[in-house]
Amino acid sequence: MEKEHKKGIREISPIDVYKLLPRTNCGECGEANCMAFATKVVNGETSIVNCPPLYTQKYSKELDKLEELLAPLVQSVSFGTGGNAITIGGKHVLFRHEFTYQNPTPIAIDLSDDMAPDVISARIKRVIDFSYTYIGRPLKLDSLALRSVTKDPTRFRELVQIVCNSCQIPLILCSTEPDIIAAGLSVCAERKPLIFAITKDNWETMGELVLRYSCPVVVSAPGDLSLLRSLVKTLKEWGIDQMVLDPGTYHSDQIGKTIFQNTAIRKAACKDFDPFFGYPILGTPISVWNGQELSEELNRWQEAYLASMLITRYADLLIMHSLEGWVLLPQLIWRFGIYTDPRKPVSVDPGVRTFGNPDKNSPVLITSNYALTFFTVESDIKTAKIDCFLIVIDTGGLSVEAAVAGRYLSAVKIADSIRDMNVGDFVIHRYLIIPGLAARLSGETEEETGWRVLVGPRDSSGIGQMIRERWPPTEE
Amino acid sequence: DSFQLQDDCFPAKIREITLGATRSEGGTRDNTVTVGGSSSLPFHNPHSLPPHPPVISLDVFDTAVSMPKALKNHLTDVMYDPASWAKQNVEQYGADMITVHLLSTDPLIQDKSPKDAAKTVEEVLQAVKVPLIIGGCGDPKKDAKTFTEIAEMAEGERLLLNSVTTDMADAKTLEPVCTAADKYGHCLLGFTGLDLNSAKELNRRIYQYFPADRLLMDLTTVALGYGLEYSFSIHERARMAALMGDAELQHPTLSACTNAWSAREAWMDLGPLFGKNDLRGPLWETIGGLTLLLAGVDLFLMMHPLAVSTLKDVAGKLIK
Ligand code: B12
Ligand code: SF4
Repeated sequence: MEKEHKKGIREISPIDVYKLLPRTNCGECGEANCMAFATKVVNGETSIVNCPPLYTQKYSKELDKLEELLAPLVQSVSFGTGGNAITIGGKHVLFRHEFTYQNPTPIAIDLSDDMAPDVISARIKRVIDFSYTYIGRPLKLDSLALRSVTKDPTRFRELVQIVCNSCQIPLILCSTEPDIIAAGLSVCAERKPLIFAITKDNWETMGELVLRYSCPVVVSAPGDLSLLRSLVKTLKEWGIDQMVLDPGTYHSDQIGKTIFQNTAIRKAACKDFDPFFGYPILGTPISVWNGQELSEELNRWQEAYLASMLITRYADLLIMHSLEGWVLLPQLIWRFGIYTDPRKPVSVDPGVRTFGNPDKNSPVLITSNYALTFFTVESDIKTAKIDCFLIVIDTGGLSVEAAVAGRYLSAVKIADSIRDMNVGDFVIHRYLIIPGLAARLSGETEEETGWRVLVGPRDSSGIGQMIRERWPPTEE
Repeated sequence: DSFQLQDDCFPAKIREITLGATRSEGGTRDNTVTVGGSSSLPFHNPHSLPPHPPVISLDVFDTAVSMPKALKNHLTDVMYDPASWAKQNVEQYGADMITVHLLSTDPLIQDKSPKDAAKTVEEVLQAVKVPLIIGGCGDPKKDAKTFTEIAEMAEGERLLLNSVTTDMADAKTLEPVCTAADKYGHCLLGFTGLDLNSAKELNRRIYQYFPADRLLMDLTTVALGYGLEYSFSIHERARMAALMGDAELQHPTLSACTNAWSAREAWMDLGPLFGKNDLRGPLWETIGGLTLLLAGVDLFLMMHPLAVSTLKDVAGKLIK
């Protein structure tokens, strides 16, 4: 196996990047200087595209070098166009704790050309409308996979046409027949769909189509990694570079095969620097629906847990069939979680939030800026319908209990925040309500702030009851 | 130019620990279970699989606890009777082990005596013949008393005491618990909150009084949507470090994946779009379990029958 020696993202130092930047400290990137920018780049917190001077003629050599230096071991591949375009892959590492995983796994839902028109439009609508608000963010579906089932190019073109007329969602065109793909492309080529798939049997004709329309393509060789790799090699030499790997998604008795194959591919890319396996992987949980005589409910169950295992084990794109909320919700939440920065909890901005119409006598509550904490407390306050001020303290994104234990939430921190946020101007009373899990800070907080402390319930769901029973506080 | 899977080679392996003891081994169990023994990363290579399938222990509580409907449905007949609850778990749902949670000992709940708790454990030992895990109430002083009492009562059974903590070290109750567990031949579970340094530190303290080859670790399982990714990464890191030679982390791991039910999304009615709670809840538990299975966890504390059968089924297919 050819071993190319490339620095892994974790071996690149800010200096390596800094040396190739313009080094004018112009500040256009929003950072104080080029060194600060370089540090953020190696941490994955910003990208070189945010340094405009780098993209001028003068620095083209440096740009090339930087691009090569920072290139992920798993190439990124895009499909769709404009604001709707989807990028997949772009991974630097095997393990999440090594470096934040990039480009959360998009989920494509299938439509086939044998579905009735009302079913098609209902499914499209469901995909567009599907949304769940999780810690303040909408979780949504991403793509549509259009399948030729009738093997009739005309039917397929009609399906593609209906879909193009009704939405802008990025598309995957699924067939191994070049004729059928050509029929689809005749109406949607400018949308840059992903073609699924090139195989050992169709690679010459399909390859020409792909080159002609310069679309990204899935290379499929189910169950045969050697074949998959040699196909990729051939296609790469031919000039095709936007590729996605399909080693086949197996389920039921063969589920192990899927896990082992995906792992072997990603390891080859990230540990052995194998350039022919350095492409995103496609997972198709939809395959549980193939020829199994199971009830719909059982198929959905299998598809659901298989999808989550694929998100965990290196799938960069999924095609699914179920549209049930209970199947999809855990996938969307799990992908959100596994793609967060392992070094930094998801947090919200610290500051004063108001609920309802608070006045100078309204309660003042304290919480942390961990997103999960904030949105839980927010929803509990809204449900309780109380007018109040909520002081969100910068705890480095830690939950109340972890922040207290780790000293990110302390009496001094509370006192500083109260002062910096001018909380004293909002109310005439001097009472703070702290979370029950921060009870041990109450004495010190009274000393540091000069405010009286009321210890609230341990769970924010009890805030409503507490306010009803204990507010306004009676003088002791 | 065919693709060859590279075999990983690690200098170290996870300790192998047997829980429960048969008559000939000094206990009264019909069978024992063995966890640990892995010498490579979990499910990275079909040629180096974990030597044992994951073990699943089902919960039994000694007092009424509030539970989502999806869980309670299966339990109406046995809720107030730990012995028959345990029996149902083994006979109907295929539990490899039973965890008896002695919540009634909590000073803030019923403050039942260690003797009462020991009696409950005795009843369960008689009702089922699989190995047991004994869960305390979380109070470092009370648990120490309860565990000590039970350790002696069940001498030779190789129970797993769940758990010993840094709080016990602070309350100076770690030594008596470890000593009793060692003397009467049981195993211990060290519990820490998602922090490998704390886990290593706790283990070092435990080694002073207790043999490392009978110690398991609970690194904390957070529910999907509440930080499952923290648990996932901590387990991946721990396993990697252990295989690379960190002896303080070479312990089999346990996941309380029943924590899944603490996520609002697991049990709350989210409207018709998000479908039935009776599948969403078990799926939440299943996905937590499968995710941590892929991170190398050896022993799972579970509750929902569908989650149990799915985890067993998938693990069986992965390991065959
Ligand atoms: C995930 C987690 C972590 C994650 C961090 C996630 C995060 N962003 O906070 C990580 C791994 C980073 C972590 C780190 C630590 N953790 Co930690 N962690 C947890 C865990 C498992 C869940 C925390 C969580 O997300 N809770 C959910 C949120 C929503 O809860 P919350 O913020 O408390 O909010 C609730 C209430 O406080 C209340 N509330 C909130 N605001 C308000 C406001 C008002 C007015 C009211 C009335 C109520 C209220 O309602 C909310 C909803 O219920 C808990 C154990 C557990 N299961 O609880 C341990 C836990 C909190 N961690 C703990 C510890 C010790 C730590 C560390 C110090 C470990 C270490 N030695 O490094 C560090 C601290 C950080 C540091 N490096 O210094 C301990 C704390 C022990 C203690 N009581 O002192 C816990 C309890 C685990 C344990 N039993 O050992 N942790
Ligand atoms: S925009 Fe580029 S040149 Fe300007 S400070 Fe930032 S990194 Fe340096």
